[in-house]
Amino acid sequence: MAFFQVQSNKATPKHTADPALQPWVEKYRPKTIDDVSAQEHTVAVLRKTLTSTNLPHMLFYGPPGTGKTSTILALSRQLFGPDNFRNRVLELNASDERGISIVREKIKNFARQTPRAQMVASDGKTYPCPPYKIIILDEADSMTQDAQGALRRIMETYARITRFCLVCNYVTRIIEPLASRCSKFRFTPLDSSSTSSRLSQIATAEHVVLEPDVISALINTSSGDLRRSITYLQSASRLSASTNPPTPITAGDIQEIAGVVPDAVVHDFAKTLGVEIVGDMDVDNDGRKKTRGFDAVQAKVKELMRQGYSASQIVSQLHDIVILHPTLHARQKSICALAFAEADKAICDGADEELWILEVGLRIHKAISSDS
Amino acid sequence: MSLWVDKFRPKTLDDLHYHEGLSARLKSLAASGDFPHMLFYGPSGAGKKTRISCTLRQLFGSGVERLKIDQRVFLSPSKRKLEINIVQSNYHIEITPSEAGNYDRVVIQELLKEIAQTQQVDLNAKQRFKVVVINEADSLSRDAQAALRRTMEKYMSNMRIILCANSTSRLIAPIKSRCLLMRVAAPTPEEMQTVLHHVAKKLKFDLPDDASKQIVDDSGGNLRKALLVFEALKMQSPDLSGSLAIAKPDWETYCHKVADLIVQEQSPARVMEVRAKFYELLSHCIPPTIVLKTVAERVVERVDESLKADIMHWAAFYEGRMRIGNKKIYHLEAWVVKVMSLYKASFYMLTYMSTVNDHHFCHIAFCL
Ligand SMILES: Nc1ncnc2c1ncn2[C@@H]1O[C@H](COP(=O)(O)OP(=O)(O)OP(=O)(O)O)[C@@H](O)[C@H]1O
Ligand SMILES: [Mg+2]
Repeated sequence: MAFFQVQSNKATPKHTADPALQPWVEKYRPKTIDDVSAQEHTVAVLRKTLTSTNLPHMLFYGPPGTGKTSTILALSRQLFGPDNFRNRVLELNASDERGISIVREKIKNFARQTPRAQMVASDGKTYPCPPYKIIILDEADSMTQDAQGALRRIMETYARITRFCLVCNYVTRIIEPLASRCSKFRFTPLDSSSTSSRLSQIATAEHVVLEPDVISALINTSSGDLRRSITYLQSASRLSASTNPPTPITAGDIQEIAGVVPDAVVHDFAKTLGVEIVGDMDVDNDGRKKTRGFDAVQAKVKELMRQGYSASQIVSQLHDIVILHPTLHARQKSICALAFAEADKAICDGADEELWILEVGLRIHKAISSDS
Repeated sequence: MSLWVDKFRPKTLDDLHYHEGLSARLKSLAASGDFPHMLFYGPSGAGKKTRISCTLRQLFGSGVERLKIDQRVFLSPSKRKLEINIVQSNYHIEITPSEAGNYDRVVIQELLKEIAQTQQVDLNAKQRFKVVVINEADSLSRDAQAALRRTMEKYMSNMRIILCANSTSRLIAPIKSRCLLMRVAAPTPEEMQTVLHHVAKKLKFDLPDDASKQIVDDSGGNLRKALLVFEALKMQSPDLSGSLAIAKPDWETYCHKVADLIVQEQSPARVMEVRAKFYELLSHCIPPTIVLKTVAERVVERVDESLKADIMHWAAFYEGRMRIGNKKIYHLEAWVVKVMSLYKASFYMLTYMSTVNDHHFCHIAFCL
């Protein structure tokens, strides 16, 4: 007996989630293209398409959480309104089976009926409802080359009544003949001031007090990914509201949520490797000179791994300490930089994290103790 | 009779012994109604799974403990049958997509869609969403991860995802961006001792401090291992006093033997001998990475300081190649050859410099 029944189409109204319980990323997803923060250029171009009856094929690309999916959904909604959205917009993403025959079939079915314009919607507003349908291929960079190749023909076959919007993170994974058929829109990581104003807007709407240092912690930990900073903000506010009495959100909370390794931990590791930490409180001058051997480094690495910190996070924070270090020589830094680069690649390829943190540690240790 | 590990597994967030801050955080998230997608990560045996099931219990009440185990068959694009075990309750479902190997994407696509498009039928359910727990999320293929992305956004009103992984490094950024990260560190030695003593108290016997300390030291932060060892010891010597011999698992002893072989003699014949031993280990399904790390760590204990870093360097190097390559044994063997030649070269240097004697050098044709 199935515990979950397939939802019948008519009986249950869709998306009735109580807005108070909605995750903020969804609740504050831009409703119109003017809601989209930053991305001014893209928005300006798209705004024009709202008044003209034509739309080119489009290719949106950029890092996660910068508004690609939101923008195309908002644009489609503004073009067609709530009633026609369903039969005018087809969204296919990486969670759908995208073997080429299936894509072809879906698009064929969808593009079959010629759209009729019907301007006044049930909400009383007027929508342009231009005479074409939009096919959104989200996460297009995960489509195979073959499927992309076949898509060229499909785009041509249905050119009269369909417009394609390809959305991806890595534009280089889209084959050239396909990319060249589209107008390209680059989505950039959000700059600090846009992030900060969007976050403040949400905080005000949710009655959350945001100190400036919390905002900058959010900006620093999310590196231009707005979805990430909104998720962090919501979690932090949940946590701070749940204590009794409620405590304000601190920058430390954000770092903890974001999985940043605490400074004290990274500094401690760096010192084991012989890297001097500037402004360190317990200056033990003889301790510093004492070279700690292999065993000390290995023990430290084991301890770090037990703490469960992510290896790529450790590498990136250690990288910042070493590369920006005020007294290490350029030569030492170069040797370390090589180690960081190799480790990053290895970790992404799925190599053992402990072995590679140890490798990085030992190489830094050697670079620093060999020449000083 | 169930093992102690299972019998004394905490059921609610309040029962958990360590990381109180984390438990409190989970509790407030579960109470808030806008529970996010989550990613639990940390070393094995740190208690991620336990914490996840406590969180589910907090979300849905004791109903989540009524589990049902099913096997589902999926079809790969080439119509091959993939069998996946599924553990589910009325409120959640738990899968390990890596069971489907390269076709994990198919499992993710079909199963999640199916769940996402259905609604909670139990009107008394405390949440209107269902939870999907995905184990070993760090071994999800890129395609499977891509398949998760939009699903996670689109069906958020019906479904939440909890990913469980050892590390976040192998997860793509768009997935991390959609989750709240929860780091579960291994418990400290003191925390582990508390847990052991708690078990002893429940079973009404006395656990000498020496014994608990020894068990904890041996476990390397893995609480599951500590509890298993604890139970085994208690069977062997019921009063747990005097000097306890914590038996090493066979494969570990075997790995140590391999290390000894490498350090004792460096010759082509020895390489062959070691190779046979590696085959033996691999055919018993000991993961090659574990084999390499265990042998390497033993070797560095037994060589001069000047060689240690190099030996570990090559271990890291060949472990990485092993992941990408196909024949594990080649890379294990390559590492052994490398280590032997390093060892030999340093030894040669030392003896050469002290006296040029009539030592018979057995040359191995390895290029450095
Ligand atoms: N430019 C933006 N303006 C306003 N909100 C944004 C913007 N970018 C992202 N967001 C917020 O982040 C959430 C996710 O954005 P969106 O789905 O558009 O990202 P994406 O670019 O498609 O990312 P991915 O590459 O991971 O699919 C939105 O729901 C919204 O809350
Ligand atoms: Mg998107």
